[in-house]
This record gives sequence, C-alpha cells and structure tokens, in this order.
Amino acid sequence: MGVETVQYLDDTGQPLRDLPLSHSELLQGYRALRRARHFDERALVLQRQGRLGVYPPFRGQEAAQVGVALCLRPDYDWLLPSYRESAAALTFGMPISKLILSWRADPAGWGAPPNVNMVQFYIPIATQIPQAAGVAHAQRLLGKEAVAAVFIGDGGTSEGDFHEGLNFAAVFNAPLLVVVQNNGWAISVPTRKQMKVQRIAERAHGYGIPGVTVDGNDLVAVWSVAREAVNRARAGGGPTLIEALTYRVAPHTSSDDPSRYRTEEETERWLKRDPILRMKNCLLHLGLWSEDQEAALSEALEAEFLAAVEEADQAPEPKPWEIVEQVYQEMQPDQQAAWKYLRGEA
Amino acid sequence: MIAERGTRVLNNVQAINEALDLALGRDERVVLFGEDVGTMGGVFRASDGLAQKYGEKRVFDTPLAESGIVGFGIGLAMAGLRPVAEIQFAGFLYPALDQILSHLGRMRHRTRGRFTVPMVIRAPYGGGVKTPEQHADSPEAILAHVPGVKVVIPSSPERAKGLLLAAIEDPDPVFFLEAIKLYRGVKAEVPEGYYTLPLGQARVVREGNAASLLCYGGMVEVCLKAAEVAAREGVELEVVDLETLIPLDTPTIVASVQKTGRAVVVYEAMRTGGFGAEIAARIAEEALDYLQAPILRVAGWDAPYPPFSAVEHFYRPDARRVLEAVRQVLVH
Repeated sequence: MGVETVQYLDDTGQPLRDLPLSHSELLQGYRALRRARHFDERALVLQRQGRLGVYPPFRGQEAAQVGVALCLRPDYDWLLPSYRESAAALTFGMPISKLILSWRADPAGWGAPPNVNMVQFYIPIATQIPQAAGVAHAQRLLGKEAVAAVFIGDGGTSEGDFHEGLNFAAVFNAPLLVVVQNNGWAISVPTRKQMKVQRIAERAHGYGIPGVTVDGNDLVAVWSVAREAVNRARAGGGPTLIEALTYRVAPHTSSDDPSRYRTEEETERWLKRDPILRMKNCLLHLGLWSEDQEAALSEALEAEFLAAVEEADQAPEPKPWEIVEQVYQEMQPDQQAAWKYLRGEA
Repeated sequence: MIAERGTRVLNNVQAINEALDLALGRDERVVLFGEDVGTMGGVFRASDGLAQKYGEKRVFDTPLAESGIVGFGIGLAMAGLRPVAEIQFAGFLYPALDQILSHLGRMRHRTRGRFTVPMVIRAPYGGGVKTPEQHADSPEAILAHVPGVKVVIPSSPERAKGLLLAAIEDPDPVFFLEAIKLYRGVKAEVPEGYYTLPLGQARVVREGNAASLLCYGGMVEVCLKAAEVAAREGVELEVVDLETLIPLDTPTIVASVQKTGRAVVVYEAMRTGGFGAEIAARIAEEALDYLQAPILRVAGWDAPYPPFSAVEHFYRPDARRVLEAVRQVLVH
C-alpha cells in the first residue's frame, strides 16, 4: 500500500488510528462481510453440485463491495453491479433466494424486488457506467438526493464506456460513485498489461472529479471513503472515482483455472490480508467479539442460506414461452406468433 | 379526427420541431439531449428554440460521445424520465451499438420488466443531399435486428409529427429515423395540436393493381414519382409506405401483393442483408401462390455509400431504376 492509499487497519487488523465507525457499525460491517463470505462459499458448493450455473466468486473482495453497499439506501439509491458483485447485491438488499435463481440463469431471479433499486448484474464490461451517470443525473432532475453506485474491475477501465460515463457524470455533476475493484487480474491479463498508470484513481483528475485509492481489504477504510463520497454526492458535490485495491483469490469464474496465469505464492500473500480476518481481529482487539458469537453467527448464516435455497428450489421452472415475454410491454405480432407456438397453440 | 383540425403547411423539420415542442410541453418527464441540440437547436434545427423555451434542464447539450449519449439516456429512462436523444447522423450511431444491442433493447427482458427504457433515439439518415463521408448511411436493418426496439421511418410531415409523438409515448425504445432528403424537400399540410399515429401500421399511399412498390422513408417520394410516370403509360402501381419496420405490418404488405401479384421492394441501404430481404421473405412465406413474378429489390449497391457526391445518384435508387424493376416483373 502506498502512502496515498486510505487505510485504517494494518494487514493483521490492528487499528492504525482512530476508527471513524461506531462499535455497532463495526459489528454490522463484520456481520455483512461474513454473510457475503458465507454466500460465496455455499454458492460454489451449489455450483459443484450442478445446482447453480457458471458462478463468478468474489472471495477476498467482500470489503470493497460491502463497504460501499452499507452506505446506500436500497429503496432510494441505485446499484448497477457487474457480475462479480454478489456481495454488494446481497448487502444492498437482494434476497439470497433471488441471487441463487439469478446464478441459476432462471428468469425468476432477474429483476430485483420493487424496494431494491438494483439493476440485474451487467455482463458486458463497463457498459453500465454511462447508464449509471444517467440514473444519477435523473435523481437531480427529479429533485431527489439519491445517488447511484456502479462497480467494475480494473480491466473495465480500458473500455470506452468507462471514460464516456465518467466524463458525462463529471460534466453533469451527477451524484455517482464509480467503484473500481482493482483486483490485479482481468481474467488472465495482469493490471500492468491493462494500463500504464499506477493508480486508477489518478484518472479522476482527467475528468475533473475527486479520485481516491483505498485499501479494498479494509472494510473500515472502504466504508469511510464511500460514506464521504455519498455525502458529497447527495449535497450536490458530484461524482467520485474510488479505486479499491484488492485481489481475486478465487478463479475468475467456476470455469476458470488461475494456475495457468498466476502463482500460488501471490494468492497466498493476499490470503493473509483477508478482509474478514482483518475485521475479526479488529473486533477482537477492541473486545467487541468472541468465538461464541462467531459460532452463533455461522449457525444463523447457514440457517438463513438453507432457507433461501429451499425457497429458490420452489420457484417454478421457467416456461418456454417466457422467451418472448418482456421483449416489449405489449407483445407485438412476431412475439405473439412465437408465444402461441411455444405454448403449443399454433 | 386529424382531419377536423386546422392545418398549416410545414416541412419535415418543422413538423418534428413542433412534435418535440408539444411533447416537452405536455409531459414534464420528457427531456431532449444530444450534441448541439441545445443552444444551437440541432444541426438541422429540429430542436430550434426549445432550449430557450424549456430551459437547460429539459433540453441540453451533451459531450460528443454516442455510446455515452445512448447509455446516459438508458439511465435517465430507467430512473423514470422520457428521454429523447438525438444522434447527429445515423452513420454515427455505430459507437453506441453495444449500448443498443446489450441494453437498450434488452433491459426490459433482462430485468423481467423491473426496469424499462421508454426512450426515443432520433437520427437523420440516408442520402440525396451530397453530404460528406458517413453522413448518408441507412442503418435501419442493423437496428431492426435488435430485439426489443422499434424502428420508425416517417415519409411526410404529417406522419412524422404524429409518429414522433407516439414514439415518445411508447413504453419501449424507439429508433426514429428521419430522411435527410425529406427534411426540407417535402412540404405538406400538418394538423395543429397534439395527435399521435399508431406505430406498426403500413399504409397504402397510392392504389394500383399492376405491381406493389414497398418502401419507406426517403424512398416513398421516389416510388410515387415512378408510379406517376408508369401511370402515364397506363400502368397503375400500388405504393405501400411501411412507415414502421419494427413491428412490421405484414398483413398490409401481403394484402397489397395478393392484389397486384407483383412486388418490388425499394430501400437505399446496401442490398445484401437489407431490410428489403425481410420484406421479400415475408411475401414469399405468405403470398407465394399469388405471385406472378419474382420479388425484386431495388437498393443501394453492396458498397459503402459513395462519399463522392458526383456519383451518389447512381447508388441511391431513383425512379428510373424502380421503373426498370417494374418492367422486369411485368414481363412475367
């Protein structure tokens, strides 16, 4: 971590200075991290059992996502995540059963509940950034103080839409948080082959907006940086580019084999900086946590997950004619003909 | 209903400007934006005076970035506004194709209706006015191949006004392509006040029984001219203005071909893979037994639209080429 990187906890979780979060916030944050980790671990198991489709794990990146999502109000603010942001989605209020269905590629999992302003995970890279700028600008036109938050990875910053979206957000002073999880790898391509700049946050200067690099494995740091950006955006201060330095310790997706492009030593190094271990040590250091509480939390998370799997399993099988539903608000003649055929009525 | 209103003679740009003015005045959610649409009122003056009238929150200039413009509009629409974006020329739409293909047309489907994009993208298209390179493209077939969007191409001021107002009211994304040649090239009576015309309906603009000319946008004028010439030789051609490519009014097309037994499809985009191929396929599927001749296409050549104005009229279909095709189908 360089000097310009915002950090509150050292690599073992010892506070480096006064923490800007209350004890109850620290506990809330830890529980959210653990909940995200639990989901990720169990989702991979489901995937291996053939009960989930291709799944992009986020292990190691929990703090970078959870810290931002904790600053947002799901029924008021907006979240536009990429595929690796299940942790952000979960913390933002997406029900676990919906996430499971979503990664089952079941249409019942597409579309957040009405009180959760989350757009379905984006698969193309960085396309949601101009859209998030539009969503954010609309809040101001509608007289609201809501903000939009958008996540991508370091590879996404090479896309034209990253630059167009940031420029639009800057020009319109839109209340937007662009969070780049710089996790070192765009599938097999390392950051040094992706860009010449050292810090993605430096790019903010090119758009005339604030940019900040934060230790993405330090929940306290991410939360405080995101809270400051959200408050500034709500007050009319415009967008912020946040670069969270983190690492994808898991494969790119459940179909990827990272041993083809990186060393185990590198991964091991980052596993020692695990955001959950650091936060737990911080809580233990402050006398806020015990192994009994840890065990009780694990049990509660497992019960919650099992209930969600059961709920997801009960979702009805998608029907073939759903293919042509929701193409237009009203089915047009071509969809109507297909719909009848798929229902066996033609 | 429209006929009962007072009318004035307007050209296409004036009719479009009037529609935008009415939409902005009627619905606070409507916002108009793009490159040069604000202070300047658009390079063709389609939004002339509107920034001054409605203020820069409703009518505004954006950075020069087509993907950004379309993506920004998608966001505005998802958040509850009714964005109308202008892309300065349809030939400049290509940088936005990822936004168009991946999200504009797909957002409703990929979120199961949770988020929708009631957005209109206006773009001047087509040749005939000696524009520089890339300004005369006709990308309607590319756009028509995007699931989830609608594609509307008006051919007269009265139709342009009512169709644009319907497009802005529409709950789904609509491409509204405006033939540059017609902006000031046609004038007609346009009803006063607010009215909409239904999307998805073709219309017979000239009745005849010898052959059907199937066309849209800038080619309607060309086909009507050809029909006039043919009529002097006693050949009555039927001219069908498709008006909306998506959704396509197949029944009107089929009914016309069933009546005439001959079909010539006219469009100014490159011939191969053009929208005319879709029309020909539908006729073959639904009216084959009525056909007395092969379906012919009169279209641009399989080459980029020529950047050298001295020869562009050899690329863009004209009445002479339409009549050549008519002669060929009448031989049968």
